[in-house]
Amino acid sequence: MFHFRTMSRTLSAPVTVAFDYTRSTGPVLGRFFGGLRDGRVLAARLSDGTVVAPPPEFDPSTHEETAELVEVSTVGTVTSWSWVPEPVAGQPFDRPFAFALVTLDGATAPMLHALDVASPDEVSTGMRVRVRWAAERTGHITDIACFEPAGDSDEGPGAFPAPAGAVDPVTGIVTPVSLDYTYAASPEESAFYRGLAEGRILGQRCPTCHKVYVPPRSACPVDGVATTDEVELSSRGTVTTFCIVNVPFLGQQIKPPYVSAYVLLDGADIALLHLILDIPAEEVRMGMRVEAVWKPRDEWGTTIENISHFRPTGEPDADYETYQHHL
Amino acid sequence: MRDVAVVGFAQRQMEEFDGSPTCVELLVPLFAECYEQTGWSRKDIGFWCSGSSDYLAGRSFSFVSAVDAIGVIPPVNESHVEMDAAWALYEAWLKIQTGEVDTALVYGFGKASAGVLRRTLALQLDPYTVTPLWPDTVSLAGLQARTGIDAGLWDERAMAEVAQRSLTDAEKNEYAIRKGGSSVEELLARPMYADPLRKHDCAPVTDGAAAIVLAAGDRAREAVDRPAWITGFSHYVDPISVGTRDLTRAPSAQRAGEAVDLSGVEVAELHAPFSHQELVLRRELGLADDVRVNPSGGALTGNPMFTGGLIRLGEAARQVWDGSASTVLGHATSGPALQQNLVCVMGAEGRDN
Repeated sequence: MFHFRTMSRTLSAPVTVAFDYTRSTGPVLGRFFGGLRDGRVLAARLSDGTVVAPPPEFDPSTHEETAELVEVSTVGTVTSWSWVPEPVAGQPFDRPFAFALVTLDGATAPMLHALDVASPDEVSTGMRVRVRWAAERTGHITDIACFEPAGDSDEGPGAFPAPAGAVDPVTGIVTPVSLDYTYAASPEESAFYRGLAEGRILGQRCPTCHKVYVPPRSACPVDGVATTDEVELSSRGTVTTFCIVNVPFLGQQIKPPYVSAYVLLDGADIALLHLILDIPAEEVRMGMRVEAVWKPRDEWGTTIENISHFRPTGEPDADYETYQHHL
Repeated sequence: MRDVAVVGFAQRQMEEFDGSPTCVELLVPLFAECYEQTGWSRKDIGFWCSGSSDYLAGRSFSFVSAVDAIGVIPPVNESHVEMDAAWALYEAWLKIQTGEVDTALVYGFGKASAGVLRRTLALQLDPYTVTPLWPDTVSLAGLQARTGIDAGLWDERAMAEVAQRSLTDAEKNEYAIRKGGSSVEELLARPMYADPLRKHDCAPVTDGAAAIVLAAGDRAREAVDRPAWITGFSHYVDPISVGTRDLTRAPSAQRAGEAVDLSGVEVAELHAPFSHQELVLRRELGLADDVRVNPSGGALTGNPMFTGGLIRLGEAARQVWDGSASTVLGHATSGPALQQNLVCVMGAEGRDN
């Protein structure tokens, strides 16, 4: 449901788009993530002699698959950093921290991760840092919780890079992605939803071809001009086409079989998708006359759900000619 | 090669657009402006190409909804890239080169304010080892800025000079959303935001849309008195990993610049969403000190996502139309920390005339 913002031109509502990406890791990243799970950082030794973590899957010079992995230290040197004064969701910390490029001892190129310090005064290029491991390691880049300033007791360079030895590769990772938006309706869509909250169905007419769109569109898709005239439409219309839903699905609110149909409201030039109820599914037909069944007024909001469904009016079916151009 | 020119350009930039992220409401008047500039109608356009992203819109198929603004009955020849619309312009230029069409209208749109832009853009990074940390655009730019500062290639003053010039030039740009120069000292006295970046070092989150009309040969001459003929067009990409790239450099920009003839460029509109990136680009493109950079105010004063690069090309073309310059450069970037770079050289003289 879209919400009113006081005095605003349009309606808007929060929307979250979320998906858990499941990714196979392949042999190179699989071993890298397996190393992280075991508390080790593995890097690629590339054809030009560079040692790079995380390892690229293919050698950028020869384009061959990365063959040799070596182990590098969990201690390294900051090569660049940037303060994060206002962290965003999903970052390693929800309080200010630094992102840093850190070249681990034994590696020749830096890797990106968070550095846990309280203020920008506590970080500098060239400072020594070490990996802080996550409490639980699963084979994911976040097994490294962050970097933290290294202590005097942390080992210096010399022992790395070392042979990687055997590692049980991780075969897949899950990366949840969730994005929050404030989704605004167009002015024409906003008028439509505000109309519904008053029990009215509003469309827009194209000033060029005079076609009436409901739900309204900002521009006529035929002529590419703004739809300028608001039109109130009847609650009655004609079924132009329909389908009988027999397949159950997650979140289904009505017991199958039921009918989903295009209803061409009287006065409109584009059909509206809605439910046809109060009639056995097998009796619904093209040309059948129907009317909107509104929910009780105290349940209305700025939503198409104010109309519970459409039901037969009992009128004779409409002639095919009256809706043939709207199929 | 066919001689192809930029003959129309319209734009809108704003801090927060309160309409639908499909931006149809913005595009209809932009297309009308393009028709007025060229004396054409939509039926004169042979090819349509747009740049936008559903990640910005927070809905699926927003670019399909946007074609309502064209009017697509009967159907039109149309394409889309999920990049800055400057790359859509490249596709349209190629389409004209094939000889299939003589004209094209390219548009970009984006409502960056619908989500958290600097966070959303983490989805263009390596999905295995980088995106799960959600590095935001500002942080990545900060890492890049510091590598150059540490290397002695630029300093905070040089960055502030870019911002000061941009904010001053933007006073003459009705579309800029951030404008008003003060002094380099005043800018340097402002607090750090994402150390080493101050807020004026970062392009503002901007909503907007823009459109450019391309035409070949006589169609271009019929549309405007002084077409901005495209004499060089090139784009390259660097690896995505920010760890293995030398962040003080943008080899893809250098290579794109080498692929075209930059001699005689008087004005360059560089798409640099962070102040230090203008310094990187100047160096990679080898621009002489007397090249006027970003007379529009540039991306630091308004940078609608998926349109900021296209606007640079349009602003450069305008310099040719009004006779201010004979040879201009438009540049666009995409991806993290100048990963992808496109250059478009335009001039008052085409290749064959």
